[in-house]
Amino acid sequence: MNKPLRRVAIFCGLLVLALLLRDNWVQFVRADELNAHPKNTRVRIERYANPRGNIIVDGKPITSSVDSGGNYYKYKRTYVNGPMWAPVTGYASQVYDANQIEKIEDGILTGNDDRLFFDRTLAMFTGEKKKGGDVVTTLSGAAQKAAFEGLGDKTGAVVAIEPKTGKILALASTPSYDPSTIAGSDDEKAWVALNEAKSKPMQNRALREIYPPGSVFKVVTAAAALENGKVTDINAPTDTPEGWKIPLSNREMVNHARGCANTSLNHALEISCNSVFAKLGDDVGRDKMVEMAEKFGFNAEQFTPVRSSASVFDKHSDRGGNALSSIGQFNTATTPLQMAMVTAAIANDGKLMKPYMIDQLRAPNLDIIKQTEPEEMSRPVSPETAQKLQQMMENVVSNGTGGNADLNMDGVKVGGKTGTAQHGEKNAKRPYAWFISYAKTSEGSPVAVAVVVEDSAGTDREDITGGGLAAPIAKAVMKAVIKARG
Amino acid sequence: MSVVTNTTTIGAIEAPSRRNTELALLAFAVVIPVFAYLNVGLAIDGKVPAGMAGYGLGLALLAGVAHLVVRKWAPYADPLLLPLATLLNGLGLVLIWRLDQSPRLIAKSIRDFGSFSPDAPKQMLYSAVGIAMFVGVLLLLKDHRVLQRYTYISMVAALVLLLLPLVPGLGADVFGAKIWIHIGGFSIQPGEFAKLVLAIFFSGYLMVKRDALALASRRFMGLYLPRGRDLGPIITIWAVSLLILVFENDLGTSLLFFGMFVIMLYVATERTSWIVMGLLMAVAGAVSVASFAGHVQARVDAWSDPFACAEKVAACDQMTQVLMSFGSGGILGAGLGQGSSDLIGFAANSDFIFATVGEELGLTGVMVFLLFYGLIIERGVRTALAARDPFGKLLAMGLSGAFALQIFVVAGGVMGLIPLTGMTMPFLAYGGSSVIANWALIGILIRISDTARRPAPAPAPNPDAEMTQVVRP
Repeated sequence: MNKPLRRVAIFCGLLVLALLLRDNWVQFVRADELNAHPKNTRVRIERYANPRGNIIVDGKPITSSVDSGGNYYKYKRTYVNGPMWAPVTGYASQVYDANQIEKIEDGILTGNDDRLFFDRTLAMFTGEKKKGGDVVTTLSGAAQKAAFEGLGDKTGAVVAIEPKTGKILALASTPSYDPSTIAGSDDEKAWVALNEAKSKPMQNRALREIYPPGSVFKVVTAAAALENGKVTDINAPTDTPEGWKIPLSNREMVNHARGCANTSLNHALEISCNSVFAKLGDDVGRDKMVEMAEKFGFNAEQFTPVRSSASVFDKHSDRGGNALSSIGQFNTATTPLQMAMVTAAIANDGKLMKPYMIDQLRAPNLDIIKQTEPEEMSRPVSPETAQKLQQMMENVVSNGTGGNADLNMDGVKVGGKTGTAQHGEKNAKRPYAWFISYAKTSEGSPVAVAVVVEDSAGTDREDITGGGLAAPIAKAVMKAVIKARG
Repeated sequence: MSVVTNTTTIGAIEAPSRRNTELALLAFAVVIPVFAYLNVGLAIDGKVPAGMAGYGLGLALLAGVAHLVVRKWAPYADPLLLPLATLLNGLGLVLIWRLDQSPRLIAKSIRDFGSFSPDAPKQMLYSAVGIAMFVGVLLLLKDHRVLQRYTYISMVAALVLLLLPLVPGLGADVFGAKIWIHIGGFSIQPGEFAKLVLAIFFSGYLMVKRDALALASRRFMGLYLPRGRDLGPIITIWAVSLLILVFENDLGTSLLFFGMFVIMLYVATERTSWIVMGLLMAVAGAVSVASFAGHVQARVDAWSDPFACAEKVAACDQMTQVLMSFGSGGILGAGLGQGSSDLIGFAANSDFIFATVGEELGLTGVMVFLLFYGLIIERGVRTALAARDPFGKLLAMGLSGAFALQIFVVAGGVMGLIPLTGMTMPFLAYGGSSVIANWALIGILIRISDTARRPAPAPAPNPDAEMTQVVRP
């Protein structure tokens, strides 16, 4: 009977072998997949097992954690001035996962990141509880406050960038929400209400909403015209008739301003002539326009590291479409971040710095794990072109539609451009009010701002203009930045 | 004719008793779980657990008693079986105690049943009863061949045990599988005991019938096909297995018994044709049952893609929790007391206790446990090889084969290799029936191995030896 016995023994060995192989499959090959599975609550349990690290602005935390005493999720996230900072922090919820910085830097905040391995190991020996590291942002509390309070009850967004480095100084979106209200484990009501609200409070308008830019896009068209030699002297008359015909169409370009016929580029920007810029866009041609827009960052998502939507400049439009695109209509659409980048590049003498909002990642013992260095993204225009653009934009503020943004401070020059973008079927909806601007001192430009006001309750339709609604907000933000710098 | 053949495995002559080896191994088998206990306490409370001395002494006492009994009444027994079983039982207690301290499971128990009582002390009691059973087997069963007398009683007992869960008012439906009975506040899993009794019946029956089953056959396409009337037993067992599958909804028990029978049939007759037939019948039975019985179908769904049906079916959801528990263990595990295997909720410390091993001890720990089980099986097979009588061979092989199949069915089930069943990991899982029956199983194997390794009595001097001469033609 021993021969079959040995064979059965081999069979039993094979059974055990099959189990060993299967175990390797489940616990080694599939481990990462199973760990990252959305159904796996361990990630969340782990996330809230210890107090999370904090997100820091101006050296002070804008987040904290409280012991909620739950069986599953021990600590609950709370926020200081949640609605104001929500577009920056995102939320970290015990039930609904997390987003933005709370999600992207989750590893550091929970202390699970590989870069914190040494700290964890040390804590294991000293018997300390695991701690999360901190995320230090580039934001400025004063600028953010000015932006958020400036927007007030209006629907809109503000992005402010330090042109020299690309540091994001303000990132506001209204109406906003308080992430504290959805942080706990029984906040379903608040979550549903926020998600179903018509005003979309959880939408990050500064990064994720794309708006038709209207006239503020004209600075890009001006940049393309100067860079491609279509205009050399900004004060020379452009050969543009009043009632310039849109190519491939019988329609004429409508101007809202008077005195656009044959006017100079400088004056055309000052009073925002549609005809001049549509014609210039046509002269430059679609491909060169696309090239310029893309150098400024259009048609690509930006990672700050929080992702922004891609702004659009149509690559396949016909001549007529391109002419309309060049005055920020047709298919052109942009995030507030994108327009802030355009402004910052011009203010920084043609050098576009990659926008970012995380300055440092810090270990629990305050050691710096990662320091973000400013990084050049592209050079859309030459310094000469940039200076001409600055000259024109400063003219807009001192003589033109942007007068409301003038800081009237000694040694501070302000350049800007207004925009009132019509949208909707036959422009039936209330227009968007845009304003982009920068401030400049002898040491360079400390701040570039883009403001969009989507819908302003109680303002007459006729009164919705970039200069009237958006410029004061931009002014407040610039003022706050300059004051904070002393 | 030679008296001693095939002694390559365990020498039958002048074998050392190896009792001191066993004692040394037992020391490890007690110390390792005590360290694990300490580890859990430190991880959860940050201090040395108060019950550690009591637990250590209890385990040491049980192991000591078992060892002394083996030393006295089965001195030539295999030295590995007792330490392996003690180690697994000890670690099982630690894992159960660890899950007892999960605030989530406590809260769940209070929510579902209104109260919570820790399982570890009960399991300690069951382990003591199990060791008593082990001692009882060794004391009462002086020679395993005695069991041969009870062949047909065993058959009846096994059938009764297997069918008990179907009796209305007695059986209980736990999470779809009807393999439990409730008597006076106790829950018993009769299948665990049926495993032992059936092995005795099969051994006795096959020992008598093996010649008929092996020799009377026709050759067809290279296989020796049995005669029609010899097919009776295998068809009966097959039918009973299918009945279990259909009415008790338990693939594990069904597979275990049919598999055990086929293995023993093969060993007894040395005919490969039985294996071929067994496999064909198993596949045919499983496929046909799965195709028309809805609850079996549900189990198969929960196995093939648990994440797909997790929202609707509780069994799928549970399977996903088990898989994620294994996955989160990774290579080295979260460490004892630091995992979240309590998220499995229902039956976390019984059917799914292996997931806690996976999560807290990792791939490494699971492989070690599988190798421990593999070693028990290997010692069982060696015992079968060394046994001198066919009944002992068959019984040892049947028990180790059933043990191997059970490990495969349970561990394979929780790791998603095969559809999940309601059986439990021997020695590890919480449950009195399982731990008691398995200690009895180890007891029987130790008895057979003692008989096998015992030095053969010196042949009586033959008074005729000198006078007898070979007459050459």
